[in-house]
Amino acid sequence: MASTRRQFLTSAAALSFVTIASQTYAQTISGALPWHPFAGDPPQPSLAGWYFFKPEEARVIEAIVDRLIPADDLSVGGRDAGCAAFIDRQLAGSFGNSSRLYTQGPYAKGTPTQGYQGEATPAMRYRAGLAAIDAYLRKNKNDRGFAQLNAQEQDDFLKTLEAGKVDLGAIDGKTLFDLFLQNTMEGFFADPVYGGNRDMVSWKMIGFPGARYDYRDHITKHNQRYPLGPVSITGAPDWSHKG
Amino acid sequence: MARKLPPKDVVIVGLGWTGAILAHELTETGLDVVAIERGPWRDTATDFNIGYMQDELRYAVRRDLFLQPAQEAMTMRNTTSQTALPMRDYGSFLPGTGVGGAGVHWNGHTWRFWQSDFETKSHLTQRYGEGRIADLQVQDWGVTYDEMESAYDRFEYLCGISGKAGNLNGNIQEGGNPFESARKREYPLPPMQMPYAPTLFAEGAKSVGYHPFPTPSANLSKSYVNPLGIAMGQCTMCGFCERFGCANYSKSSAQTTILPLLMRKSNFEARCNSEVLQVNLDGAGKMAKGVTYIDSSGVEWEQPAEMVLLCAYGLHNARLMMLSKIGKIYDPQTGEGTVGRNYCYQTNAGIQLFFEDKNFNPFIASGACGQTVDDFNGDAFDHGSLDFVGGAGINCIPTNGRPIGFRPTPPGTPRWGSAWKKATKDNYLSTLGFSSQGSSYAARGNYLDLDPTYKDRFGRPLLRMTFDFPDNDIRMSHWVSDRMVEIAKALKPKQYVEARRNKSWNSVPYQSTHNTGGAIMGADPKTSAVNKYLQSWDVPNVFVIGASAFPQNAGKNPTGTVGALAFHAADAIRNQYLRNPGAALVQA
Amino acid sequence: MKAIMKPSRIVAAVAALVVSAGIARAVELPFDQINAGRYQAALGDCAGCHTAPGGKPYAGGVSLETPFGTLVAPNITPDGATGIGTWSEADFRRALKQGIGHGGKRLYPAMPYTAYTKMTDSDVAALWAYFRTVQPVTNEVQSNRLPFPFNIRLLMAGWNWINFTPGDFKPDPKKTDEWNRGAYIVEAAGHCSVCHAPKSALGADKGGLTGTVLQGWFAPNITGNLHEGVGSWSAEEIVSYLKTGVGRGSIGSGPMREVIENSTSKMTDADLKAIAVYLKDLPASDKAAPTPVATDNPAMQTGARIYAVNCSACHNGDGSGQGALFPKLAGNSVVQQGDPTTLIHIVLAGSQGAVTAAAPTTPAMPSFAWRLTDQQVADVLTYVRNNWGNAAPPVAPDAVGKQRKNGS
Repeated sequence: MASTRRQFLTSAAALSFVTIASQTYAQTISGALPWHPFAGDPPQPSLAGWYFFKPEEARVIEAIVDRLIPADDLSVGGRDAGCAAFIDRQLAGSFGNSSRLYTQGPYAKGTPTQGYQGEATPAMRYRAGLAAIDAYLRKNKNDRGFAQLNAQEQDDFLKTLEAGKVDLGAIDGKTLFDLFLQNTMEGFFADPVYGGNRDMVSWKMIGFPGARYDYRDHITKHNQRYPLGPVSITGAPDWSHKG
Repeated sequence: MARKLPPKDVVIVGLGWTGAILAHELTETGLDVVAIERGPWRDTATDFNIGYMQDELRYAVRRDLFLQPAQEAMTMRNTTSQTALPMRDYGSFLPGTGVGGAGVHWNGHTWRFWQSDFETKSHLTQRYGEGRIADLQVQDWGVTYDEMESAYDRFEYLCGISGKAGNLNGNIQEGGNPFESARKREYPLPPMQMPYAPTLFAEGAKSVGYHPFPTPSANLSKSYVNPLGIAMGQCTMCGFCERFGCANYSKSSAQTTILPLLMRKSNFEARCNSEVLQVNLDGAGKMAKGVTYIDSSGVEWEQPAEMVLLCAYGLHNARLMMLSKIGKIYDPQTGEGTVGRNYCYQTNAGIQLFFEDKNFNPFIASGACGQTVDDFNGDAFDHGSLDFVGGAGINCIPTNGRPIGFRPTPPGTPRWGSAWKKATKDNYLSTLGFSSQGSSYAARGNYLDLDPTYKDRFGRPLLRMTFDFPDNDIRMSHWVSDRMVEIAKALKPKQYVEARRNKSWNSVPYQSTHNTGGAIMGADPKTSAVNKYLQSWDVPNVFVIGASAFPQNAGKNPTGTVGALAFHAADAIRNQYLRNPGAALVQA
Repeated sequence: MKAIMKPSRIVAAVAALVVSAGIARAVELPFDQINAGRYQAALGDCAGCHTAPGGKPYAGGVSLETPFGTLVAPNITPDGATGIGTWSEADFRRALKQGIGHGGKRLYPAMPYTAYTKMTDSDVAALWAYFRTVQPVTNEVQSNRLPFPFNIRLLMAGWNWINFTPGDFKPDPKKTDEWNRGAYIVEAAGHCSVCHAPKSALGADKGGLTGTVLQGWFAPNITGNLHEGVGSWSAEEIVSYLKTGVGRGSIGSGPMREVIENSTSKMTDADLKAIAVYLKDLPASDKAAPTPVATDNPAMQTGARIYAVNCSACHNGDGSGQGALFPKLAGNSVVQQGDPTTLIHIVLAGSQGAVTAAAPTTPAMPSFAWRLTDQQVADVLTYVRNNWGNAAPPVAPDAVGKQRKNGS
């Protein structure tokens, strides 16, 4: 029993810290640099299924991201890259509900230099925007929604939306398009842990090595392509082997 | 009612760079110090994990480590004739929060301002005449470069800055910045190894007769042990620097240079997740009695103290003074009042060069590894025949290749579709950018005060920022952009694209978190809020430390000067103030 | 304003303590002996067990998890009701040297009387003198929380009969004074064997300092073995490690961290040198370096890739480490222990290094449990243990899984 008699002091010191730090209670720290074993706040990989979108909304978003990032010989399309799933997770969280932003009124229309002054959160903008697009298209495209248009029709619609030439009533089509585009690109280029950029497809395409941390070997290899492939926060395929 | 706590000798508001420096310096004298920090405790191994710190979405786009507008926003407008509206999300600048402050996620460019910067008004008046600065409200700092030299030196050695001296005791050094004011000794570490882009930039700049040199960097070129005995690592050029905490102890911050020692001191306490609401004054409003803060469960506490040091972000320092009624708020109509006066920013412009046959590997980068040309900064050049004052450093410091934010494509490329994709792939590795970081000179109509309409979550008025780039600064920036074009042409790119600085200041796209002024230092209490030791003219047991003290901003990143001001103020407190506490160090 | 002008509150507090606890006894207890006792308390690391984190000195309360149940170190301040205020010096000596407490209660060998028995009478007397001057603290500690039958103290009589040889330290006349001084500290007050000696099923030292597992860590071999032990360390490197927490590219962590901070960093340079001389001269365990795992082994290949992404930014691609910040892995004897428990623990849980006045950095390794699978931890450790000239048995994924499950 003597072999285990020693108390690992730092872990005991840390216990009280865990309880406090896991919530954001005020805390006083003095006497030592806090630290505790297993500490960390890694991102949680998302599970399957839709968190925010209704099935019919998901079909439209999948169709949109697949036109913004079409499948071609450079990469799979936005849908297969997981961009719709990415947007879904973002809208279900603090981005979607603007919980980190300043949302107190009064709301007023500002100058362009004052930024977005709308009251709607991204989640609200997606929900209302997709409904407005659907209503617009059904009225103007023989009762077909976006997902039912052919690729050329979809591109044409997105271009007019981008140009601010689609009348969606109270909704500004151009800023809605910008929001779609911003989130689609985030999904295509973010770490795969968030549901998009499946198999690091965009990183492989452009040559970004991802979540590496040490390039000292290559700093002065000027004008030479970096030889190693990308790595995600969750690892890389070549971190596994058989036997 | 706030619950009253046992008194402390010193209460520090904010535990970032300046708070940590002041806490270290004052605890050394035996004083009992508490730092009250709005944000959480942050630690390298716990919060900057080397396995998930490389998360562009989380840290650079959603900005997990930053102050969120829900906690505290600000309102903005370009002119007094407009109605200010809240920046519902921060964009143009991104204040920090939490232990280490913005020093956690800065890039690490560590400059000294020059002698002519500290004496802006008298220097420019003497050289070009009063008329040249008639439209501006530039002022002298009340300190000279010589008075600041040792403070700069201490900050640089604390941090392990990697650079090459250009002027050692008046002798110009090959390979350094020939325009800098004299330093007494070399940087603690040699410059970083240069990747391809800054190397090529330097060749181009030299070919047109300019003087490039390695940017002084708080990303360390080698492992280092600082004067406090704290060890730091070598920067590995991970490309996740600005907006990220450093996972391998190779970027200077309070975490990597001071806290390991400070936290062991029994006469120091850090109180986190606690937001100071105001500095409490005595009945006459002449002395501070301490602060009131609110913890994250909504309980208010009163922390009495003999001295209060405002060490928050500069903008928050100014707002806390206004909320606490320390000094009089500046009025742009009358020019009276000092708190909020001379808010300045940074006047930046950029240029992007597209190449056919080059590979820059943009992801091999650190926040401050690059090359700078200072030939057109400050008053390094004669403005005699020009129509502006001030200048800009030209910097080729590629900080990252993170692809949500960094996807250069030539003009005319669609924003989506197969053509977009092809252009993105074709240009990702082969684009080189550089930029000018220009001075921002004070103008009468650029200032900070309290917003009459919008409140924070505790019902206190938000800070209101009224700002646009003065015409002088726009002219300056265009002139320096012309110099950038000369360098660009010398590099013979397939194509280059300029991003010039024009009116009006837009709060949405990111530009710079170099917000200065609002509680400026100076020799005259009518035109400055704090004296040359950063002591409030109005409440002498309050010191206000940070870029809030800059009377105007130079064409350089402010942190080096902010760190030096912290040592400068600490010296004044230790060597003068404590001999006669409560007395003004400079007679008004 | 006045408060600022006064001497610091800290100084004042210390002064007050001396007045209340020291002066009254100074008459009977000469300063030099008390001060010598204070040094003995550091040598013996009494605070390691008897001072709770953040608690009053020596007021007890540190929980000791043993395979047989939990013991809590008692209050050894001179408090009459809850400490050892009613003890006599003879009681104290008997506890240290025979494992029998006040009133004949048998102590559990978590109290290392098996080592303290070798302390000289004068050192015990000094230690006693020192503990009389400690601030009395009223703190009731329920020290024995063992389940039946281990809660029967009388059992210890039998344990002692098998495992305990009372008796003073016997210097070896063939060795130098320095060697003997080192041996005395290591074997007596320093009680190094308590962690570093392999254990019998009953938890008794089996002799030798070839290392053993405790609390999810492997206390390494500290014999003169060239491969696993300190044979390849210079005396200066051992002294630096014990004094500062940093030596020969290693940084003290785990249970040794507390020993460095509370005990070895407070020893004189001469005593540390003596320890180094003695340890280096200990008969090396006969274990030779194994043949390294071949570089074309799949675990080595995969481990190299995992290392490049997770480890090299601190420990460097060549395993050279970075001074007082990041341990050197190449040629590190701790890395090459036969038992990989410590390495698995550090990769899974992370670890904060020792902090001393001479090496205040307090660097910490982050936890990788969230990122790496059992197989990946095993592979990267197999790589680290068999690259750059290192050689050690490969790490099995099952061993990682077991420690992960145990939360260590």
